[in-house]
Amino acid sequence: MANSARRDSPELPDFSLLKRLARDQLIYLLEQLPGKKDLFIEADLMSPLDRIANVSTLKQHEVDKLYKVEYKPVVSTSDQLCFLIRPRIQTFYACEAVLEEQGMFGDVTTDEWAFYLLPLDDDIISLELPEFFRDNFLAGDQRWMRTAGSALHLLHSLYGPFSKVYGIGRYSKMAYESWREQVEQGEQRARQAEIGNVFLIDRDVDFVTPLCSQVVYEGLVDDIFRIKCGCVEFSPDVTASDKSVKVMLNSQDKVFNEIRNEHFSNVFGFLSQKARNLQTAYDKRRGMDIKQMKTFVSEELKGLKQEHRLLSLHIGASESIMKKKTKQDFQELLKTEHSLLEGFEIRECISYIEEHISRQVSMIESLRLLCLLSITENGELSFVTSNYGVDHLLTFSNLRQLGLLVEQQPGETLTVMESRVGKLVNDKTAGKLTDAFSSLAKKSNFRALSRKLNLVPKSDEEYDLRVPRDMAYIFSGAYVPLSCKLIEQVLERDGWTGLEEVTRLLNGNEFAVTGQITSMSDRIILVMFLGGCTFSEISALRFLGREKGKHGPNGCSVSH
Amino acid sequence: MTKSKADEEDYWNSSKFKAFTFDDEDDELIRLKESRQAVNSIQRLVEEDDDEDDVEKVSWSGEPVGSISWSVKETAASNQRTDREPAFPKIPTDTPSLSKSQSGYSLSSLFKGETALSDSSIRLYAPELRKPKSEYKDYVSDWSPEETIQRLQQGKTAPLEKFRSLQDKLLLLDFAVSAHDGNVITAVLIYLKRTLSKEVLFRELESRQTALRHFIHYLTETKDQRLLLELLRALGRTEDVALLQYKEHLSIADENKRRDFLKSCLSLPFSAEDSAHVQDHYTLLERQIIIERGGKVEIFQKFPRRASILNMPLITTLYYCCFYHYSEPEGTYSSPLNIRQAFKISEKQYFVTALAARAKLKAWLDVDALFTSRNWLGFTRKKSPLSFQRVVDVLQKNSAPTQVLQDYVGLVEDPDMRISLAQKHKCHDIVINTYRDMKDRQQLLGYRGKVGRGSAEERKIDELLNNQQIRWKN
Repeated sequence: MANSARRDSPELPDFSLLKRLARDQLIYLLEQLPGKKDLFIEADLMSPLDRIANVSTLKQHEVDKLYKVEYKPVVSTSDQLCFLIRPRIQTFYACEAVLEEQGMFGDVTTDEWAFYLLPLDDDIISLELPEFFRDNFLAGDQRWMRTAGSALHLLHSLYGPFSKVYGIGRYSKMAYESWREQVEQGEQRARQAEIGNVFLIDRDVDFVTPLCSQVVYEGLVDDIFRIKCGCVEFSPDVTASDKSVKVMLNSQDKVFNEIRNEHFSNVFGFLSQKARNLQTAYDKRRGMDIKQMKTFVSEELKGLKQEHRLLSLHIGASESIMKKKTKQDFQELLKTEHSLLEGFEIRECISYIEEHISRQVSMIESLRLLCLLSITENGELSFVTSNYGVDHLLTFSNLRQLGLLVEQQPGETLTVMESRVGKLVNDKTAGKLTDAFSSLAKKSNFRALSRKLNLVPKSDEEYDLRVPRDMAYIFSGAYVPLSCKLIEQVLERDGWTGLEEVTRLLNGNEFAVTGQITSMSDRIILVMFLGGCTFSEISALRFLGREKGKHGPNGCSVSH
Repeated sequence: MTKSKADEEDYWNSSKFKAFTFDDEDDELIRLKESRQAVNSIQRLVEEDDDEDDVEKVSWSGEPVGSISWSVKETAASNQRTDREPAFPKIPTDTPSLSKSQSGYSLSSLFKGETALSDSSIRLYAPELRKPKSEYKDYVSDWSPEETIQRLQQGKTAPLEKFRSLQDKLLLLDFAVSAHDGNVITAVLIYLKRTLSKEVLFRELESRQTALRHFIHYLTETKDQRLLLELLRALGRTEDVALLQYKEHLSIADENKRRDFLKSCLSLPFSAEDSAHVQDHYTLLERQIIIERGGKVEIFQKFPRRASILNMPLITTLYYCCFYHYSEPEGTYSSPLNIRQAFKISEKQYFVTALAARAKLKAWLDVDALFTSRNWLGFTRKKSPLSFQRVVDVLQKNSAPTQVLQDYVGLVEDPDMRISLAQKHKCHDIVINTYRDMKDRQQLLGYRGKVGRGSAEERKIDELLNNQQIRWKN
């Protein structure tokens, strides 16, 4: 991947260590319950668990039977039942309070399996906390801040010490603080740092990017088939058989590794080239004598078969993607998104969205477009909710709370809004007032940011997607993701100097801290998205890494 | 120490927790201890024992800290997790080997278990456990609010019960908030909820937004609807109160009860816009209950429905009625036109839905009627709020025959678009006529090769090409 582009790219740290840690912690916990026990695993945890341990590991530690946790009475003959669940009520304090209220306290023991970070690939680590986004940004509950801080601390202890930490966003600041405190409480040992610099970013700094349709291969696969915990389930129409197949998607998959970051338009060409090469390799058999054939079978055939399997899988996936996307007028959808990003032909965009809604093409896509319109135009719509309103009153209420959807009276601009705040003081209550302020604070200044940071390249120039010249290639050359652009700029400037106007537009909360230890290895950069990131962003950062000879492993709490 | 011991007794007497009973489980617990030892590295365990010997300690039960029986009980305690705040104030819970007697392992105590791993980087991580000596000094828990918060943050126990004055409680809360640790904030809030009157708690939370949001989230998650509503009312957040109450309809399965509940929601203080939506929601469900009972049998037999219409969205309901109740008189509740009127459905939306439903049934005459309007002279013409290109799209997806398709392809305004659609759907007449209108001889000539040999289309093209009247542009 990146290594192929620049020979001097630094080696990535060995993140498989994190897996070993998590596994040993699990074993340790299982040993706290000696004797035979049945293990009940929550569906959400199956995939992460699979990455860490296997059944024989569990069996070795006296796990008898494995069940899925379901909302139904438990039938088990075992004396000990062990439940491995996602912390719905994460806080142990809250958890214990509930157990106490239910009269269960004492009958149930609780323990925490703090696996913190799961390496999903050579360069992706994840907290695997889908609820992170909702809890933090919607409910305003900071329960995961310590977890984020501890995860950072773990990386710092294993691969640090970090020499510089940059960040932007309220929660990034908190995570940083939590990490700093933990470092202070712990001991510092001098060691060879593998990760030099860290960049923390709150998801709500950039809501625009995740609202855009993804067009790089990995992003498309995620949009259509959902990549969960580095795994994807391809439906029968992809596998061309009668059952679906679960596949791991990472750099081990040689075919996938070559196309994952590519714009979709390049993928077909690549796959057919590969198929031809494969054909040639198979064809070599013809005219071989017995001895040659024997060598061929023992040395090459297995690899070829493997490649054949992967190739047909990804060709199947690409076909399925094409089929689904052409059915939905994908081209038109993309055109609308690009117009919105550019702030161009907004009327046409609105009428497209309106039609999209009335045709009931896809609820999620309609909402996505609405939010994109609202954010890029600083909220100027009130016409659309009526169509979905009845069914999604609560959805809209949530989106408004997140600042993803800002409804205003037509013609009302931000300044008018601001001047009205004075009026709000008189006739609304305190809670309402803070809401009004926070929604003002959440006002996205996308247009101004886009100009300042040059996020939308001039459209009159031809953009060759096969030879990307900047990160915009992940959106067909139409838009450089805001999040990644910020990261690029800050790393280039070694701080926020010169970006004052930008940070003002982003509501501040930026920081750049230099540690006491100056690390030699500042070429490996850890980017942590608090609240999740998209595969497109990962692709963009890989591109950035290739360009600058740096690596950006993304420790991100994935939540879509 | 004595004081705290007395506190202990008090605690156990007043607490609803029962004291531990270890006797029957001794064997189990010894095994447990062994397994723990197994994962600890021998070397470090020895070091820790040394530490414990240095400081002579006595647990609340009078046994010397570090003795086997004490250790076994300690393990039991950690297993039972009953050691809430004041349970073991004297036990220096930070000693490495004891560190798991808290609710929730601190990160470091977990790594303690990892020492079996030979990796040096993990070793580096673990020594954090080894600094608690400084904390030995106070067996009596006289931690300040700030220290208490720090301990909680590290996952250690710290009694909250001793903070009884409002001032102390608020200090606790404020320190928790400034530590940005949601778990700790919630822990303090649980304590405040238990020990403060609602009025006081609500009043204090009002000026502490972060804590307030945590409290709201906590109440939401523990489904304490009653208190949550009270809180929101006290804060004057009436719209939130309304939404929250409205949300309850989701848990009512019976449609009649749900309808009645929604009716009762109508008087809630929603925002103007939401209020209209809730009114619509009620009207819709009321109507769905009526629709669910009616309908002609034949069509349901011919096209069995996949699901009941109850609780379906408005547009789905409209589609359903366009499908099963299309020709009913406008006065009935299930008539599509009636629904359109009642919910002020836009013309475009109505057209799209009706078109989709009738096309699905292949009721091409209905489709035709949908677009036909008569002007005052009695002439009919086709009109659509939707682009005809989109209409063709819908029809084609429902495999409309070419005769039907070509009517609409012909109505597409843009000639290029019309030609490409016509070619795609093999509406030869339209292609030919459009090229004729465009006076494009070359294209027409080219198209000749695409129609069947000796077909009517070919003859038509030939006629046109031979027509001297047409002034071709090329």
